[in-house]
Amino acid sequence: MTGRGMLIVHVALLALLWVLQFVLPPFHHGMVARILVLAAYAIGYNVLLGYTGLMSLGHAMFFAAGVYGAGLLVYYSAAGAVSGLLAGVLAGLGLAVILGLLSLRTTGATFLLVTMMFGQVGYLLTLYFNRITLGDQGLILSGRLEPLRVGAIDVTLSNPAVRFNAALLIFGLCLLLSLWLARSPVGRVLVAIRENEERTRMLGYDTFRYKLFALVLSGGICSLSGAAYALLFAYVGNTFASILYSIYPLLWTLLGGAGTTFGPLAGTALMSYAIDVASGLTSAYLMVVGLVLVVTILWFPSGIVGSLRARRWRWLP
Amino acid sequence: MPVEKLTRRQALKMAGALVGAGIASQFVGQAPAASSPPVAAAAATSGKPIKIGFEVHRTGIGAAYGKWYERTTAAAVRLINETGGIAGRPVEIIAEDDGTDPKRGVEVIEKLAQHHKVDFIFGTLFSNVIVANAPRAGELKIPYFVVSEGYHVPSGRLNRYVFQPGITDVRAQVTAVAPWVVKNLGKKITMIFPDYAFGYDHRDFFGTAAKRLGAAVRAMIPIPPTETSFTKYFSNIPRDTDVIYHVMVGPGVLTFVKEMGEYFGTRKPKLFGFIDSLEAVDIASPGLEFLEGTYLWEAFPRYAGSTLTAAEREYRRRVGVDANGASTSDPKDVSAYSHMFGCWETLFVIKAAVEQSGYASPKDYRALIETLERMTVFPEGLQHPQGPKRFVGRLHQVFGRQFISQVQARKLKVVYTAKIEDSLYPPEADYTKHPL
Amino acid sequence: MSLGVRLFLALLEGTVTGLVLGLAALGLSLVFGVMRIVNIAHGAFFMLGAVIAWYVTSTTHSFVLALVGAPVAVAGVALAVDRFVLRPVRYATEATIVATIGVLYILEQLVLSVYGPYARAVPAPIYFRIDFPWFGYSGYKIVVAAAAMLLLAATWWLVARTTLGLYMRATQQNREMAEAFGVPVDRLYACVFALGGLLTAIAGALVVPIQQAHYLMGLDMLLLSFMVVIIGGLGSLGGTLVGALLVGLVDGVVSVFFTPTLARIVASVVVALVLVVRSQGLFGGEAS
Repeated sequence: MTGRGMLIVHVALLALLWVLQFVLPPFHHGMVARILVLAAYAIGYNVLLGYTGLMSLGHAMFFAAGVYGAGLLVYYSAAGAVSGLLAGVLAGLGLAVILGLLSLRTTGATFLLVTMMFGQVGYLLTLYFNRITLGDQGLILSGRLEPLRVGAIDVTLSNPAVRFNAALLIFGLCLLLSLWLARSPVGRVLVAIRENEERTRMLGYDTFRYKLFALVLSGGICSLSGAAYALLFAYVGNTFASILYSIYPLLWTLLGGAGTTFGPLAGTALMSYAIDVASGLTSAYLMVVGLVLVVTILWFPSGIVGSLRARRWRWLP
Repeated sequence: MPVEKLTRRQALKMAGALVGAGIASQFVGQAPAASSPPVAAAAATSGKPIKIGFEVHRTGIGAAYGKWYERTTAAAVRLINETGGIAGRPVEIIAEDDGTDPKRGVEVIEKLAQHHKVDFIFGTLFSNVIVANAPRAGELKIPYFVVSEGYHVPSGRLNRYVFQPGITDVRAQVTAVAPWVVKNLGKKITMIFPDYAFGYDHRDFFGTAAKRLGAAVRAMIPIPPTETSFTKYFSNIPRDTDVIYHVMVGPGVLTFVKEMGEYFGTRKPKLFGFIDSLEAVDIASPGLEFLEGTYLWEAFPRYAGSTLTAAEREYRRRVGVDANGASTSDPKDVSAYSHMFGCWETLFVIKAAVEQSGYASPKDYRALIETLERMTVFPEGLQHPQGPKRFVGRLHQVFGRQFISQVQARKLKVVYTAKIEDSLYPPEADYTKHPL
Repeated sequence: MSLGVRLFLALLEGTVTGLVLGLAALGLSLVFGVMRIVNIAHGAFFMLGAVIAWYVTSTTHSFVLALVGAPVAVAGVALAVDRFVLRPVRYATEATIVATIGVLYILEQLVLSVYGPYARAVPAPIYFRIDFPWFGYSGYKIVVAAAAMLLLAATWWLVARTTLGLYMRATQQNREMAEAFGVPVDRLYACVFALGGLLTAIAGALVVPIQQAHYLMGLDMLLLSFMVVIIGGLGSLGGTLVGALLVGLVDGVVSVFFTPTLARIVASVVVALVLVVRSQGLFGGEAS
C-alpha cells in the first residue's frame, strides 16, 4: 500500500476512536481513555522490541520517569499540565540517553537483564526518596492542576470529555510517529538490525547510534504516556515503577503483534478487557488472563495483528 | 444540641417514606449513632436494594486480608438484612477485586460507580490503592468508605467523599501505645519497619512521640519490600538498644521473626511489634517461638479472653471465628482479627448515616455526608463489637480503644488497654470546609 | 559491633544465600542453556515446590516425603507445560516468554484458589542454632547450603559424565548438528525442562522452613535467578555457582555499609555494571 493509503488507514482508525466517545457509556468511556494512554506506552515499547529487536524488562522506569517528572513538578510547584508533560518527557529522554550509553553495549538476554536491573534501581529510588515521593502511597494531583486555557475557554483535565480527547491526542501522536518510523529509512535500518545486526554493521551503518536513537525514541514515547497518565488520572505512585509495569507493555505488544503499528493498541485493549470481563465472572480472573495468553500464543504466535497480517491483510504496517 | 435537632428534623421529614421499624430508635437517645439494638430478626425488607460496591483485595499481596474482609462483610450484611435492612431496604453487596494494585483500583471505582451504579463504595486496605482511588471517588462524587488504618484520611490529603469510620489510623494507634512502650520497655529504641507508606506513618509518628516522652530512637531500619532475608541487617541494631519496635507486612514476617530469634538467642532486647505483621498468621507457627514473652499492639484482641462481651461473642459466631481467632471450619485459617472488624463497623455506620439522613438516592449525598460529619459517638454493641468509638467529623476519622498484648504460651493475652482519649492528637485537617 | 564481626556476618550470610540461590537458579540455567528459552514460570515452579512441600509435611509430618513428593509433582507439571505449551510454539524465544507468563498466572491463581493467600511455614527437619560470641546463626541454613552444594555437584556430574549430559552439551552447542547425529531433541527438551522443574522444586521445598510458602514468592526468586544465570554465563554450571555466590556476597556485604534500600540500589547497580562490562557473563563463551 502507498504511504498515502497507509496514512488514511491510520487516520481512519483515529477517527473511529474519536467517534467512540459519543457512543460509549460512561464506564467504557473512561476505560477506553485509559487504554489509549497505555497503548501509547506499548507503542513506545514496540519501537524497541518490534522494530529494533531489543527486549527490555525495565521500561517501567521510562513510564515512571514520565509519571514522576510530570507529577513532582506539578505537585511541588505552580506548574501547569503542559510544563508537567514536558518535564516528564525530558526526564524520560535524559534517562534513555544515559541508559542507552550503558546498556546498549549488551544484546539479547543480557540487555534484558541490564534493563531489568536498572528498572529495579528506578523503583527503589522512588522508595529511597520517599520524603519527596511518599513512596508506594504516592501523591494526589487533583486540585493542584490549574485548568488549561485554550483560547478563551478553561479546560479541566478531570472532565471526562477532555480526558478522552487528550488521551486520544497523545495516542494519535504516538501512533503516527510509529507509522512514520515504520516507513522511514531510519526504521528500515532498525529492522535490518533486528534481522541481522552484524550484516547491517558490515553495510557501513553505525548500529550503536541507530539503536541509541531507537531507545531514546522509545523512552520518550513511554515517558510521554507516563506523564499523561499521571496528569489525566491525577495520581503519582511507585507501582508504576515496579517490574509488573515493565512486563505489561511486553505482554501488550507481543499479544497485539510486535513490529506492527496497530498491535500495541490491540494488545492493550484485549488484555484490559480480558481482565475486566473475567474479574466480573470469577475471582480467579488471573487464571483467565493466563489462559488467554497461552491460547493466543498457541494460535496466533505473532500476535493478533501479526497473525492477521500473515494470514489476510499483508499490507498492514 | 443543634446537631441532634438537624438530624431529627431530617429524619422526621423522611420518616413517612421509610419502611424499616428500627428507624425510630435512631433519633431517640443522646447519640446520633447506630445505637439501636437490632430489631426483631424477622423484620422484612422491601423496595429497591441499597447497592454497596465492595472493593476487595482478592489477589495480590493483600489477599490474606481481603479474604477476611470479604467474610466479615458478608456476615455483617446478613445481619443487616435479617434485621430490616437499611432504612427498610435490603442491602446488596457488589464485590470486585482490585488485585491490590492502584491502577486496577481506580478502574474498580469507576466500574462500581458507573457500570454497577452503586450507592456507596466501601472496602480496601492498602494505602497506595486508597490514595490512588480517592481522587477518582471525589471526581465521581460518590461516598467512599475505607478500612485501611493509614493516616491518609485524617491527614486531609484526600477529599470530602472519603471516610474512615470503622478503624483507627496508625497515628492514633501509635499515640496511644507510645507512653506504655517507653515506660515499660525502655528508652533506647530501634525501629524496624517496611520501606513504604505504612512504615513511614510509624517512623514519623512513633519517632516524634518517643522523643516527646524523653526516649531516644537509636536507629531506624527501613526494609525494602520483597526482601526475603533479614539477618544481614541485624548488625545495624545498636548494641545498647533496650527495645526493638518492629512492624512488618507481607509474607516475609515469619522469616524476620525467626532470623531475629536466631540472631539474638537469649540475649534479646525487649520487643514491641504491631499485629499487622502477624495478621492471618498463627502465633503458634513454627519459627515464632522467639515472640514468647514479647508484646504486640492489637486493635481487637484475637484470643477471646475472659471478658468477652455478649456482642463480641455474637460477632465471632456470625463471622465464623473461634476463640483463637481462627476460622470455625479450619483452625489453620487464622483471621485478620485486628482489621476486619472495621468492615463490620463501617457497614453499620453507613446504615446509621443512611437512616438518619433520610438518604434515598444519590441526590441525597450532601445530606448523608453532612450527617456523617456531625456524628460523634458510636456506642459499644453488636454494631460496634470492638468497643465504643469517637468519630471526629472534620477528620472523617474514627477513634477507638487500643490494646497491648503479650505472647504467653503461644497465645496473645491483653496486658494493657489504652483509652480512646489516649489516641487523640491535634487535628490537622477539616474536611467540612472542602467543597462537595 | 565491630566492623570485622559485621563483615563476618555479611560473608557468612552472603555465602549461604548465594548457595541457596545457586540451587534455585540451577533449573533456569539448564533450561536457558540447553533449550535457549527464558522460562518465566521458573518462579512459579519454585513456589509450587514450596507449597506442595508444605502440604505433604503438614499432612504426613514427614519432611523427607515432601522433599521427594514436591519435586516429582513439579517435574510432572513441567512435562505437561513442555508438551502442551512449549513444543507447539517450537520453543520460539518471544512466544515462550508470553506463554510462560501465562503459565505463571495460571499456577499462581491455582495455588491462590486451593492453598489460599497465606504464608505458612513448616518446622525445620534438622534444627540447631550456632552460637557465635557476637550473634547466633541458623544451623538449618548451613544444612540447606550444604545440600545445595551436593545437588550442584550431582548436576555437574550428570551433565559432564552421562549420556544425557552429552546430549545436553551437544544440543547446547548446535541443535541441528546434534539432531543430525541422532540426538532425540524433542525428548531431550522434555527431560531438561522436567529436570529444571525438579531442581527448582527441591530448592523451593528446602526453603519452606526458612521462608514459608506463599503464592507470590516466585517473582523475587525469578529475578534473582535471572541475575545469577546471566552473570554466570549462559548454561555454565560453574558460572551459575560463581554468579550466585557473587550476587549473595554483594548483597550481604553492601548491606553492612548502607541502609537496606540503598544497599539494594547499590547491589543492583553493581550487578548491572558487571553485565555491561562483561556482557557474556563471567564464564559464558558468548551471549545469546
